[in-house]
Amino acid sequence: MATDGQKRMIAVFLTASFLLYSFYLYYAMPFKRDIKNQEASEGKLVWQRYNCNACHQIFGLGGYLGPDLTNEYSLRGHDVIIAFIKSGAPSMPVFHMTEKEMNQLVAFLKDVDRSGRADPRTFTIKSNGTIEQ
Amino acid sequence: MEPSNNKYPASSKLFILTGLLLLSVGMMFGLIGMLQYLIPGFLKQYLSFEKIRPLHVSSVVFWIIFGAIGSVINYVQQYTGRVIYSQRLVNIQWALFVGTTILILVSYCLGMFGGREYWEFPPVLALPIIAGWLLFSFNVIKSMPTFRHQPVYVWMWLTGVVFFLFTFLESYLWVFPSFRNNIVNDMTIQWKSYGSMVGAWNMLIYGCSIYLMEKISGDKNYGHSTIAFALYFTGLFNLMFNWGHHIYTLPSHHFIQYISYAVSMTELGILGRILWKWKSSLSDAKKHFHYIAFRFLVAADWWIFLSLLLAIMMSIPGVNLYTHGTHITVAHTMGTTIGINTFLVLAIAFDILHVNCFGAVPYTKYFNKAYWLANISLFVFWIALILVGIEKAKWQMGANRIPFSSMMHQIHPLFYFVFASGLMLATALLVIIYPMIKHQLECYSSQKSSHVKSV
Repeated sequence: MATDGQKRMIAVFLTASFLLYSFYLYYAMPFKRDIKNQEASEGKLVWQRYNCNACHQIFGLGGYLGPDLTNEYSLRGHDVIIAFIKSGAPSMPVFHMTEKEMNQLVAFLKDVDRSGRADPRTFTIKSNGTIEQ
Repeated sequence: MEPSNNKYPASSKLFILTGLLLLSVGMMFGLIGMLQYLIPGFLKQYLSFEKIRPLHVSSVVFWIIFGAIGSVINYVQQYTGRVIYSQRLVNIQWALFVGTTILILVSYCLGMFGGREYWEFPPVLALPIIAGWLLFSFNVIKSMPTFRHQPVYVWMWLTGVVFFLFTFLESYLWVFPSFRNNIVNDMTIQWKSYGSMVGAWNMLIYGCSIYLMEKISGDKNYGHSTIAFALYFTGLFNLMFNWGHHIYTLPSHHFIQYISYAVSMTELGILGRILWKWKSSLSDAKKHFHYIAFRFLVAADWWIFLSLLLAIMMSIPGVNLYTHGTHITVAHTMGTTIGINTFLVLAIAFDILHVNCFGAVPYTKYFNKAYWLANISLFVFWIALILVGIEKAKWQMGANRIPFSSMMHQIHPLFYFVFASGLMLATALLVIIYPMIKHQLECYSSQKSSHVKSV
């Protein structure tokens, strides 16, 4: 049976590795490019303020009632997105956003669209079980 | 006979009672949410889905958190044989948490959001949660007379206390523009924190369930055994590094996928041990099955097995590609939060609430039926969600996709099974928890002066 000291050693080693991994991720983000576009940055907060994530996904993460919106901007374009926000859908209420908020939200979706593709069909499964896009 | 209890639990009962009320409310919101799948536009003007979903999720998440806190406060006192370091801090923490939970639920009803998935409330409301958790951490740590030669559950409680705080703070790094201004970076840190946070509250609950198991069996050796610590360190390793399976398809660092995939496979060891111990677990189950609390521990064991099986499959990136973004993920979440977390906290609640305020004996007949109904309906619910997920997976990987709304229309009949089984599950759980809440409230109103003030 392991002694108290050995258990502490394992716990300290794991915790140190976890902290190293965490702080490495904070400082070595995969994307160095921040949103320089203030409108898109505000759009992310609009996305959160109206809780769009409850029904919609980005990169497959979020709600299940509506479609994934990661690449909605390139698929449908600015005007169709605005039309949906304005008119709602059978399960989606009209949120009565201001023009400014709608444009900020679309700017955010445009930025999300530029960050990558969410379609799982664009991935390849390798023989070891990992995936690559 | 139910396992005996001691004289310390009054404040911890408050947490568990509040948790049980939140579970009841959360299930109601969950059923309304399911109805919105069946009847598009149902309550759209008043409580549309973007309000109902966080109302459901936050209520049940706070049920688990309140339950875990109450269980730890109670068992720390039972284990040390001493009252908690500061009763006043416990009461302040409870008031902070209750007040914040009410504000959060009201803000959702009013459509006031601002946070992210799972913590959708305006971020300022995270502050009293952090303050309350600091009080809880301080109280638990100060209540331990020594940290030497402690059993595994004490290690788990301390791990849960520290890591919940760390991951909760981490999940709010988005308030700094440098963290949130790129969606990929933001989501990487978001799911890193969420993955580990679930591991943190699991540490609190699993620790309490091991303590309860020892109490029921009378075997005090397990908590100090090599296998208990081997499983604890495997759990801790996974808490720290296996969160990447949430974001395999995110264009983030590739090494996150490799690390998470490799670490997740260590869970096969836990799965193997469950299978290895199955025979002796069954004989224990026969011996103690008349304890209501033990029965929920047995049910949770089955759900650990099923959930782990699904989790390991979903941790293989090639499989995850199919399951990601589908209701298979929801099935996994329901299996773990209901089958494991809720059943374990209910087991602990039966043990803790038993003394003075509540005896299960008059309700045995109802409990028996409700117990089996809860398990069977949860299984049907789980399978129905997996079937919905398979249909969506076929759609999202298909060569010629029909529109999203058409796909949802096609799988609509399956949602009737999800709703029907969800309704049965909620009914069964309400039959189980209603007497617990009723007796507890009666007890507080009749013995308020003598009981609540005592520790």
